[in-house]
Amino acid sequence: MTIVNFLIGIGIALFGFVLQTSIGGINRKIVGRMQKRHGPRWYQEFLDIFKLLSKRAVSHGWIFDFGVIMALGGIVGTAMFMPLTKDILAFTNNGVNYDNFFIFVYLLAVGMLGMAMSASGSGNPWASIGVMRALTTMLAYEVPFLIVVLTIINYSGQSSLTGIMEFQQMAGNNWFLIAMPLGGIVGFICLMGMLGKKPFETYIAPAEIASGPMVEYGGKQLGMLFILHEISVFIEVSLFVHLFLGGAANIFEFLIKYFAVYTLANLISNVNGRFKIDQVVTFFYKWPLLMAVTQAVIVIYFGWVI
Amino acid sequence: MLSTKFTPKTKLTKAEIDRKWWEVGDYFRRNSLWLLMYCTGCCAIELPPSMTSAYDMERLGMGPMATPRQADILLVSGYLSLKTLRRLIYTYEQMSEPKYVVALGSCPINGGIYHDSHAVINQLDQYVPVDVYVAGCMPNPESVLNGFVDLMEGIKNKTMNGWKRYHEHYEWYKENQKNSLGEVIVHDEFHQ
Repeated sequence: MTIVNFLIGIGIALFGFVLQTSIGGINRKIVGRMQKRHGPRWYQEFLDIFKLLSKRAVSHGWIFDFGVIMALGGIVGTAMFMPLTKDILAFTNNGVNYDNFFIFVYLLAVGMLGMAMSASGSGNPWASIGVMRALTTMLAYEVPFLIVVLTIINYSGQSSLTGIMEFQQMAGNNWFLIAMPLGGIVGFICLMGMLGKKPFETYIAPAEIASGPMVEYGGKQLGMLFILHEISVFIEVSLFVHLFLGGAANIFEFLIKYFAVYTLANLISNVNGRFKIDQVVTFFYKWPLLMAVTQAVIVIYFGWVI
Repeated sequence: MLSTKFTPKTKLTKAEIDRKWWEVGDYFRRNSLWLLMYCTGCCAIELPPSMTSAYDMERLGMGPMATPRQADILLVSGYLSLKTLRRLIYTYEQMSEPKYVVALGSCPINGGIYHDSHAVINQLDQYVPVDVYVAGCMPNPESVLNGFVDLMEGIKNKTMNGWKRYHEHYEWYKENQKNSLGEVIVHDEFHQ
């Protein structure tokens, strides 16, 4: 571990922010065209974030301010471990890559908990309802997602992301989206839940609970939350690309796969309504969980993998 | 001997540097205006067409927002009764600065068709500073969007400083508000 590793890590986090912000803007344009509108400029999301950082902000006590910084730090720390391709990765030592799947599971929670703490610190009841719904949604999608990922780990015999990536790129092996079709579908549905896309957008719900956890944020804190959101979307979509779509051999492949996954999620999001929170939990515990368990049984006990 | 080839670099004062940064911020602020819609009157019906496919507000970087903390523009559409005026002032004071007020229709200008009602205020400008008026009863979506473009021009030319006026003439605004609404003694945990 030298200082260079940390610089590469911060570079990856910054790259993820710029990438996701640009792709988010392009996606707003795509959605605009879908609705027969002109749509905003592709760099609109950058303008939004820098505008928010340029505004004055109120504080609701030090928990409110500190929670935002902690969440942003936690998310940047998580993004530092994310491999972009097989070779571009920050923390590696003598052929050992420090990019275990469970690092992301643990470190993502720091960001989410920081945000929950900060939102509760604002004292607004909408924020508490939003945080409660966010944690409930998390509880709902984590179970099927983890079952599928543990199946993948069991089958490929390793939990390092680059290892899983290389396993899928080996001759004779398919992407896990194809090798485990049921698991791939469950993974994508859980990705929609993680991203907070439309059927599972319950914890944001601007028209219902006034944008949930973000209700009391304005100015600089909201700007930091937007940066946090962009980086966490980068982490979640990259996880899907690496686990199910065979990762990437070079950076262009990564960009194409990333764009395809995020755009598909966004398009599905824009033709759907919103579930209630109990519908979200019932949905995840019914079909995705059933499909995930079926996939696990098929892979582990029968060994039927395409 | 000093070289005469280059003119010496003039050192900028702190005020000039601040002004330059403020202009950079103004570029971002005028290209990403978020609305908080305070829809009490009939003018609100003109907003859906100006937001959706027909006139598409989002191409200017504008969009609706859920809470006052997140918003830049307070859009007052239509008449304000004394009861709603109090909420409007609460809302305005919660917004983070710089903030702008756009008044839609003729009711906030001079009372419109409700000018002789006992429950409706006639001039919004007496209570909160208004940056842009869009006149008409009701203004059509073209005029609404034209009003927003005027606001953007004004931010560029530094003429939209209603929020500064509110700071400078705070006593005057407060007195007007109290004259219309009367003082209220709030009984809750923060005011005991």
